[in-house]
Amino acid sequence: MTVKPGPIPCSEAVRQLWDYLDHAVTPEDQEKVEQHLSFCRACCGELEFATQLRGFLASQGAEELPPRVRARLERFLADL
Amino acid sequence: MVEVRDRTKESFQRLVTAELPALYWLARRLVRDGAEDLVQEALLRAYRSYGTLRQNTAAGPWLKSILVNVFRDQLRHQARSPEELPVDQVEDFSLYQTLIEQDPLPYSDTLHHDYLRAFGNEDVREVLLRLPELYRAPLVLRYMDGFATKEIARLLDVPLGTVLARLHRGRKRFEQELWAYAQETGLLLKGTVQ
Repeated sequence: MTVKPGPIPCSEAVRQLWDYLDHAVTPEDQEKVEQHLSFCRACCGELEFATQLRGFLASQGAEELPPRVRARLERFLADL
Repeated sequence: MVEVRDRTKESFQRLVTAELPALYWLARRLVRDGAEDLVQEALLRAYRSYGTLRQNTAAGPWLKSILVNVFRDQLRHQARSPEELPVDQVEDFSLYQTLIEQDPLPYSDTLHHDYLRAFGNEDVREVLLRLPELYRAPLVLRYMDGFATKEIARLLDVPLGTVLARLHRGRKRFEQELWAYAQETGLLLKGTVQ
């Protein structure tokens, strides 16, 4: 008979949240995190914020090139 | 997929010109100064190895990979000692909890969302540049440019476990610096949050 390990503490759950969102945890760890989230409201908040933070980072898209920089790089390309 | 058949200088110029904003954006998040030089060196290396590009549609990731290689080589030449952070120095901080405890936007119903919204592109860049390169590069490549962790390990020439550890510490340090930057610059007092 296998004995299921007890729930992980908040510190361990929070440590794994980003990897959990990345699907980069083992199935066993995924289960442990989900088990923890099922009863810990604070860590659900941490998870929601981690999701927001990932979206925030991903939304920092490329901007227009400053004209001076574009001119310099295009001149460089022309001189290759 | 469009195979690269035309290997002339003109076709190279056409191909990379479209990628210049994304390359410059990446370079500005990897280095504080010298982003233009970094892009220029990457363009030179790319032109010399143009023959290795198989598909036109892969030009963006191909150019970014070359730029990261140039960045990595520059770091090695600088020969600075690594700035690895002790785990417990970053492990305890939670921006989520800090915001709840300090409540810097008392009139906000969506505190965490509004806090992040206060940061403009240049603020985020400043926060990133406060991180040691060791942590900044994986963070930018993974979460801002969408590189897979295995690809980051290959580009930075470090083991996958090292990338994962640096991502973890980098995220924690980034959260710390998001908090510190807003405190030090008075960001939340500038009326940017509606």
